[in-house]
Amino acid sequence: MASRRDRAQRLASRAVQIGSLLVLFALWYLATNFWGVNHLLLPNPVSVWRQLLDVLKSGAYLPDLRVTATEFAAAFALASLSGTVTGYVVSRSRYWIRVFEPLFAGIFSIPIILFLPLYVLFFGLGLESKIALGTTISFFPIVLATIAGFSNVDAMLVTAARSMGASNYQLFRYVLLPGALPVIVGGLRIGFTIALLSILGSETIASLAGLGHHIVELAEDMEMSRMFAYITFVVVMVALLNGIVSHLEARGRRRG
Amino acid sequence: MSAGDVAVRIRGVGHQFGEAGEARYVRALADTTLDVARGELLCLIGPSGCGKSTLLNIVGGLMAPTSGSVEVAGRPLRGPLPREISFVFQENALFPWNTVMENVRLGMLFQGVAKSEHAARAKKSLEAVGLADFADHYPGQLSGGMRQRAALARALSLETDILLMDEPFGALDEQTRMILGEDLSELLARTEKTIVFVTHSLGEAVFLADRVAVFSARPGTIKKIIRVDEPHPRKPGFATSEKFTALRNELYALLHDEIRKAVSQAAQARDGGAA
Repeated sequence: MASRRDRAQRLASRAVQIGSLLVLFALWYLATNFWGVNHLLLPNPVSVWRQLLDVLKSGAYLPDLRVTATEFAAAFALASLSGTVTGYVVSRSRYWIRVFEPLFAGIFSIPIILFLPLYVLFFGLGLESKIALGTTISFFPIVLATIAGFSNVDAMLVTAARSMGASNYQLFRYVLLPGALPVIVGGLRIGFTIALLSILGSETIASLAGLGHHIVELAEDMEMSRMFAYITFVVVMVALLNGIVSHLEARGRRRG
Repeated sequence: MSAGDVAVRIRGVGHQFGEAGEARYVRALADTTLDVARGELLCLIGPSGCGKSTLLNIVGGLMAPTSGSVEVAGRPLRGPLPREISFVFQENALFPWNTVMENVRLGMLFQGVAKSEHAARAKKSLEAVGLADFADHYPGQLSGGMRQRAALARALSLETDILLMDEPFGALDEQTRMILGEDLSELLARTEKTIVFVTHSLGEAVFLADRVAVFSARPGTIKKIIRVDEPHPRKPGFATSEKFTALRNELYALLHDEIRKAVSQAAQARDGGAA
């Protein structure tokens, strides 16, 4: 049970966090209203807020959100499926683990985003290149976590299950999967984050649509307030999405 | 012993890991012959690395011996026999993500027990080990002794004729071991199972066994078999009797030289590895 002092400490640190944000906002407000900072560099928070309300009310964000969400959903689904299946297959043999684990880890350590021009060349400027890049980038943490998860299930538990007559399916369903799942979920979590990052990032570099694309467009048109409004919108969306994933993860962990 | 009285027939069983000349080559078990009588509790005792756990795994069908043969209930052994043989391992063989009850039920599911029987059998075996009130606890919430009771309950629920126990109390403290030993003797007197029990503890061997097979240092084989003529269930008073002390001393004398040999083997292996 949390003692009163723990609770007081947590409250204090929360107050400092919120306080820092408020100070930042105050500085922003002062800088743009009284200290004469150029509005092309830093728009007024009040006008950003107005733009944000307008974006939300008009639904102007919808087409771009749809594009980005489609790219992300497709990339994450493809990476999750291919990563977990490949990881499971590799984890079934010590030899394959020795061959593929270092290979995947090596590729994961290079910044794959550098290959974006190639992806655009192969798949064009549309959704396809974003999906392909997002899939590639998030495949590696997922496959690595899946290999680690399945290959580190306690051999004692496998022996015990076999001694009681577990079939291959039962071994997978009741021993390997629950044993590996916490590690796999960790990999999915990382894959989720970097798929989103790489898709938004590549939209800002070379694309025809999407939230990242729209933000760069606004910057080029020098519509700074509206650009800040869009950035705020994306940040809030991503924070919401992360909150949902964390919640699901915690619920899964409690049950497992 | 007539054929019908033999639960497990072990003939010239030997086992080695790796091939001669390889770095990992170990000759663990040499040419061991032994009959386990139906309904007896046989303890295997010996120095570390003498192959007693290897023999247990071979008898359980988890490992194929490199030489010799094993028959269970008159039939040659080819792999695990979940309907005839159940295991209690040293520790951590319970599924940590399942409750005690789920662990017991999973064992029955794996073995192929009809679903309709699960509840009654689980209840009975948990009551037998005194864990009925802890059915919904996770292994991580239990003490080491309670975890081993749960593992025993899982094995009992499978209702096999043969129970193999690999140092089941090895990781527990002396006092917990003592109590579990008493309870086990009590429980087994009722079930009439054939039990092979691997242990390091001289006292545990004498207290539980009908016969104690003493192993030599590696490559292990049976040096001598000592009979303990004392009816089950054994009372705590047995552990302080003269008979107990005399048997324990006899075992100690038999084991002492072998343990010395095993220790010097281990030292040689270490020097060899360093050179």
